[in-house]
Amino acid sequence: MENKVQLTINGQIVEVQPGKSILEAAEKLRIHIPTLCYHKDLCVKGNCRVCVVESKHNKRLVAACATPAEQGMAIVTNSLKVRNARRHIIQLLLAEHNADCTKCYKNGQCELQRIAADLKILNQDFSELNQWKKYTVDYYSPSIIKNDSKCIRCQRCVRTCAELQGVNALTVAHKGEKMKISTFLAKPMSEVVCTNCGQCVNHCPTGALVERNYIEEVWAALADPTKHVIVQTAPAVRVGLGEEFGLEPGTRVTGKMVTALRQLGFDTVLDTDFTADLTILEEGTELLGRLKSSVAGDNADVKLPVISSCSPGWIKYIEHLFPNRLSHLSSCKSPQQMFGALAKTYYAASRKIDPKSIVSVSIMPCTAKKYEAGRPEMCSSGYRDVDYVLTTRELAIMIKQAGLDFGVLSESAYDKLMGQSTGAAAIFGATGGVMEAALRTVYEVVTGREVPFEALNITPVRGMEGIREAAIEVKNPLPEWQFLDGVTLRCAVAHGLVNARKLMELPAERFNQYHFIEIMACPGGCLGGGGQPIPTSPEIRNRRMEAIYAEDMGMPLRKSHDNPEVQLLYANYLGSPNSKKAHELLHTHYTLRERF
Amino acid sequence: MDPVKSLVTDLVSRLGTHRENLLPVLQGVVEQQQYLSEYAMIKVAEAMNLSAAEVYGTATFYSFLENKKMGQYIIRVCKTITCSMKGKQQILSAIEEMLKIQIGETTPDGVFTLLQTNCLGWCHKGPAMLVNDEVYSDLTPEKVRDILQSYLKTAKS
Amino acid sequence: MEQQLLKRIDLIFNDENDWQEILDQTLAHDNTYIINALVSSELKGRGGAGFPTGLKWKLTSEAPGIEKYMICNADEGEPGTFKDREILSRVSFKVLVAMAVCARVIGAKEGIIYLRGEYKYLVPQLNKTIAEFGAYCGRTGLDFNVRIFLGSGAYICGEETALFESLEGHRGEPRNKPPFPTDYGFRGMPTVVNNVETLVHAYTIFKYGAARFKELGVASSRGTKLFSVSGDTPIAGIYELELGMSLSQFVEEFGDGDTKAVQVGGASGFLVPRKKFDETTIGFQGRLTGVSLPTGGSMMLFNSSRSMYNVLNNYLDFFREESCGQCTPCRVGCQILHKGIEEVKRGERNAKYLQTLLLLTETMQLTAKCGLGQSVANSFSSIVENFWEEMIY
Repeated sequence: MENKVQLTINGQIVEVQPGKSILEAAEKLRIHIPTLCYHKDLCVKGNCRVCVVESKHNKRLVAACATPAEQGMAIVTNSLKVRNARRHIIQLLLAEHNADCTKCYKNGQCELQRIAADLKILNQDFSELNQWKKYTVDYYSPSIIKNDSKCIRCQRCVRTCAELQGVNALTVAHKGEKMKISTFLAKPMSEVVCTNCGQCVNHCPTGALVERNYIEEVWAALADPTKHVIVQTAPAVRVGLGEEFGLEPGTRVTGKMVTALRQLGFDTVLDTDFTADLTILEEGTELLGRLKSSVAGDNADVKLPVISSCSPGWIKYIEHLFPNRLSHLSSCKSPQQMFGALAKTYYAASRKIDPKSIVSVSIMPCTAKKYEAGRPEMCSSGYRDVDYVLTTRELAIMIKQAGLDFGVLSESAYDKLMGQSTGAAAIFGATGGVMEAALRTVYEVVTGREVPFEALNITPVRGMEGIREAAIEVKNPLPEWQFLDGVTLRCAVAHGLVNARKLMELPAERFNQYHFIEIMACPGGCLGGGGQPIPTSPEIRNRRMEAIYAEDMGMPLRKSHDNPEVQLLYANYLGSPNSKKAHELLHTHYTLRERF
Repeated sequence: MDPVKSLVTDLVSRLGTHRENLLPVLQGVVEQQQYLSEYAMIKVAEAMNLSAAEVYGTATFYSFLENKKMGQYIIRVCKTITCSMKGKQQILSAIEEMLKIQIGETTPDGVFTLLQTNCLGWCHKGPAMLVNDEVYSDLTPEKVRDILQSYLKTAKS
Repeated sequence: MEQQLLKRIDLIFNDENDWQEILDQTLAHDNTYIINALVSSELKGRGGAGFPTGLKWKLTSEAPGIEKYMICNADEGEPGTFKDREILSRVSFKVLVAMAVCARVIGAKEGIIYLRGEYKYLVPQLNKTIAEFGAYCGRTGLDFNVRIFLGSGAYICGEETALFESLEGHRGEPRNKPPFPTDYGFRGMPTVVNNVETLVHAYTIFKYGAARFKELGVASSRGTKLFSVSGDTPIAGIYELELGMSLSQFVEEFGDGDTKAVQVGGASGFLVPRKKFDETTIGFQGRLTGVSLPTGGSMMLFNSSRSMYNVLNNYLDFFREESCGQCTPCRVGCQILHKGIEEVKRGERNAKYLQTLLLLTETMQLTAKCGLGQSVANSFSSIVENFWEEMIY
């Protein structure tokens, strides 16, 4: 048994595992130490120095986040010396900060502002540096606004971009007074390898990196009597939104969210889960087609594995970094874009609404979806398929602006035609969910039997391990799929682009042994998306994940092919999966991009 | 193959693709090109499997890895207090007058760039300056004019 | 009694071309013997921080690690310092011998000289020496290779953990300590980083014995030290002197008769005004208010024609540029201090603001992540407090 170390913090004794920091020890005692550069998702940098504490026998103050707790340490977190130093540090940060708080998007949610408020920094001892006045704001990305004047140089975004995402679009550049967070040659985010995943936004303590919001545009559309505003909500939004209203992480608020959307004035409230089910039918069919060509040997050019294409951050990443693997991507659009294409065609025709008057809004846990909606090819309806993408956070802002008391809203159900879904769609919001949903359908199509897992829960593909694998052997398939008899379907799941990269960099002989790969750009999948409530942490994401699987278990239907509205869509409009019409509306192509 | 690309390829194949070799590779490029162009940084990133931003972020930390176009000869005049006390300003003025450029600028013919730098380690023989990698100390306005004159003669036309 | 003149010593540059012999005879001893010799010599690091060298070698030799590294810190960037350049130009064999001995003691096979980019012109000669040295090691069966790694113009890379980052191909941003280099250094392995001069003193100890070394200097500051003397002095240059001398002795010898103040230890050291020359000793103990000063060997003399405001302004300009920029107190603090003294000088802020700035330097000293930010307070407070009026008028 490993010996614990015992120390005192503010006179209280605490024991922790060796290697734990002073900050973690204090947390155990529920003693709060303010932090800025520290984040549970990231390596410890110890550069903001806000968390300094006094350690007996050390003439200097030590950073609580970066200093390991040691046997016999005596720590004081709130001495006069500490308080004075901490006030100075906040004043220094404010001296180089554009502290125009009332005009800041993060007003009220800024960690710097929070600490300044807690310490009651009512005056500034030092001269303002005003260097930020020389900075220009990068508004060019459709997803992310980078405003260096609000940056405190904690490097959380840089570590996020490197450690979680392996993208390295952001870097620390220059040194000394000129040191700042930059892209390559300070180019706009839209011109570099940025995937628009928004993880930097999720991890930024201030207003330096925020989503590009379309709140006013949506309010304007809602106020326009000539417009029919239709909204779709992604699977992960319903397990995150509650956090914005003080509910515990992992609270499911589907019904309240639908009510809120109606009260905001959306004409029709529909569900991206519907097109998630549709995606399974399209992508499953595509997978089976490719399997047939490849395993049965019909066509040697067809490539396996098929890689999922739901995550627009992932799509841009592979377009930049692994062009040689592009042909592995499923041609299916993401559920958001399938929905958008159908909204202004199928839905408009069925409801006899002029598609021109439809404003299609989506609520997404994601900032990359904003970019995806604007991709030039995303207009197969003849119009922009999705007009505005709002993040979970933007929806919360609208609900607050409308004065709704979210916690007491009644629950209501989605509208019909594209509002019904199954548990298989619900789990799209978690890493491994697309894989599990696809297997539930594909296995049944091939064998005529349900997938051989207790209660349909394919646990090997679940969880938060960066890369997970599963293998299912096909036994006694239906006559049509005889060529798959005895074949073991090999699947891999990765989340967080840094893990995606590991899969993509596998040598061909190992990569090619897989049949199907699911990749989600964000840690935990969409539930940890760049548009989800801040803060995020492994624990918060776990709670959201539990909620997602609870959502699945609570659904009467749990396999995508059982979705009656999807069946209706094929019967009345598309014909069959991968039909010509389905291809026109629901499939897409990809673009080669520069890696550097 | 274009010269920058072959330079980078050559350096990386000689030094290795490991991250530890990034500085030596960048130094090698600067030795030939005097600065790191956008293209050169991209090529280094490509060859070493890094993002271009990583190369840029690392390079900008180091004062001698410039990423703006530089002249063939980079003059770096020491600006530490001891050199200042020994007449650094007169040296700067002499250079500025002779080359008709100010600190941070490059002569229109691309031969010289004038910069200041921190301590060169010749405090006992100030003022001192570097011209590319060569050090010159005990400078006087006359001496510095002669030195630059000799560089002018060898400059690539 | 006649005032005792400074003892000039000639151990470092006195080259009897006996390095092969010294190497062989030192390596004939076991590691414990060598460590004990260094420990008993009380040799302290000559880069400025003054950590006991023997202890550093001992800790690293005991630390677990698959690989270990011996790094010679030749990133001499402290304004006013040029001793390491001189050593490497003249007696680099001594440095290599000490590196090789250290490597044997700690179990390293690889040695690296981190040479500042400003000294690139030393490389050809150094490489020749390294090759010759390597050939000798080859003949005697010593498995140790030395290579040069060039810096590229970043003062902070002289900080040992920033140096590791730089060696590993990154920005030279100092790491958190602990873990210390003796446990977790280059490539995450136990590493000794010694200043060039420290290694030469180790050579002296190998050659003449710890006792002889210890005879020089005073308690807690044993041996000699190379001083880089510059500024208002008729005899600027490098001098090897015994530690423990008083600053007035020093000024007597090196001053121009009109010395107003001496900056001891470069921009990150202290400015000592004339009135405190007598009470100030050059050594490793204490702080400015006490008696003795730690130093990397930079001695800049200023006579009465010099403005101490200009001196401080020059240092702060240096720090705001050469701070790595990662930690708040150093990045922002240096800018605030620089801007602040200019504002006071121009009359835009009243003199009381200097008090506020002095408090800020205390915070920087308490909270900065590495030695750079922590030591800005040294020159700032010693100049502002002693030359208050020059800051204002």
